[in-house]
Amino acid sequence: MKYEVRQCRILEKQELAKGMFSFVVEAGELADMAQPGQFANILVPGKTLRRPISICDIDAVNHTLRFVLEIRGEGTRILAGFGPGETMDLLAPLGHGFELGDTNRKALFVGGGIGTPPLLNPAKAFGKNATVALGFRNRDAAILTEEFQQAGCKVLVATDDGSLGHHGLVTECLKDVEADIIFACGPMPMLRALCKIAEERGIPCQISLEERMACGIGACLGCACKVNRREENGEISQTYGHVCKDGPVFDYRNIAF
Amino acid sequence: MADMRVTIAGVEFANPIIAASGTFGFGREYMEFYPLSTLGGISCKGITLKERAGNPPPRIAETPSGMLNAVGLQNPGVDYFIKHDLPWLKTQGTKIIANIAGNTQEEYCEMAEKLSDTDVDMIELNISCPNVEQGGVQFGTSCASVGGITAAVRKHCKKPLMVKLSPNVADIAEIAQAAEEAGADALSMINTLTGMRIDIRTRRPVIRNNTGGLSGPAILPVAVRMIWQAASRVKIPIVGMGGISKWEDAVELMLAGASALQVGTAFFLNPYAPVDILKGLADYLDQNNMASVTELTGKIQAW
Repeated sequence: MKYEVRQCRILEKQELAKGMFSFVVEAGELADMAQPGQFANILVPGKTLRRPISICDIDAVNHTLRFVLEIRGEGTRILAGFGPGETMDLLAPLGHGFELGDTNRKALFVGGGIGTPPLLNPAKAFGKNATVALGFRNRDAAILTEEFQQAGCKVLVATDDGSLGHHGLVTECLKDVEADIIFACGPMPMLRALCKIAEERGIPCQISLEERMACGIGACLGCACKVNRREENGEISQTYGHVCKDGPVFDYRNIAF
Repeated sequence: MADMRVTIAGVEFANPIIAASGTFGFGREYMEFYPLSTLGGISCKGITLKERAGNPPPRIAETPSGMLNAVGLQNPGVDYFIKHDLPWLKTQGTKIIANIAGNTQEEYCEMAEKLSDTDVDMIELNISCPNVEQGGVQFGTSCASVGGITAAVRKHCKKPLMVKLSPNVADIAEIAQAAEEAGADALSMINTLTGMRIDIRTRRPVIRNNTGGLSGPAILPVAVRMIWQAASRVKIPIVGMGGISKWEDAVELMLAGASALQVGTAFFLNPYAPVDILKGLADYLDQNNMASVTELTGKIQAW
């Protein structure tokens, strides 16, 4: 475990969709330390708490990190107002990320809305072995689809209103997708449906969760999520783990939905 | 540089900045930033007699200049603390305060007894947690209950005993006096103020526990006022806390009557908060030709 506070200059900013912004920052050693699926706790000027934003992409050669955030409230609105040349104060890299394992396996990545960005970096590692299924509200809210395609991934899209791709839930598009492992991030109903699919197929599934967070490093115990714990006698009991330290990425079998 | 040492209830702290209970875990996470000996002391995460799972999420909400929390004393229990955390903490070159919370008076006494046989430096009696159904703040809001539990624990406690006061009371000076008369060696104050936020879209409280404890810069003026009022009534030292995020706040609480300080919520924004506060405090003392940080305590010139 290794993380630090660093002032990172913003190199690029792009509005990917209405209210969704991509930032590439100069991150120095943070980019060498970062693993896919980890996150940064980003200082918001004038606010008491940092905002946890997952790492979208890691460029270890150019020492940059990329984040995509959606305006959800006051904090993310302030962050979205940052521009190139300004600096963001990052506490990173934090948490337990995706464990990719053998990238020659067929991997299924499933993202819903703002759950899509953390999948980009790990999907790139699988390239043509990855199928990326993404669900959005509508065509205008779709993000990063071309970037997954450029990485060689097969991309399936579903929208709530049918304005792009399948009309319906992203989890309805997966029946014919071959997969040895699933990686996912998105709303809870989507994650629950995926866990069922993983269970039926008997394949591993790693999912990234979010929760309201304070310290970001496992000290304050604020970002609780219910997890299964195996007792010494082999019985499984439920307790609270923490998204910032035990996660944000969990083996689906350890989450008590 | 001014002498930063302070002595509280016979325990000498290398400097007056102590990590506040519940914000710093058992210290391990913050070692990535600086040695724990940077701090005068650590008040550990509140512990209970048996392991507690804590409250369901969401446990956290940001508020104007502050935050609400309702963690609900998630902790591994006193026996685990004594076996797995305390021995390690004692090698870190800082003073260790065990913060204890019970469902009943008997539980507080049993924990105090167990901890009296360890090399923990001080016990902080948490009778001010607003986020648990039993115990917690219900012990901390009347003079009779504060006096009663302090006196009971005092009989079982061989360590210096600090009582952590709740601000959710009508007359803080009266409560402080009740704790002093019942045998407290020191007071720490203030714990969080009970608060609430409602999501106007879902009409649900933002925090699953409905209410939570308010901390952060928003409560600093309440802390200053209450420490000032309590300090005018009691002789025992006060460890001040409540919204300290910068060195100026630290000076303010000491002027109001605090002999040492706890920093909490500020860690979440700036993990280096204690380092920055100590530097600013030392510079202030030098600029004012003060030889010791103890000279600041109670030096308010009230109107």
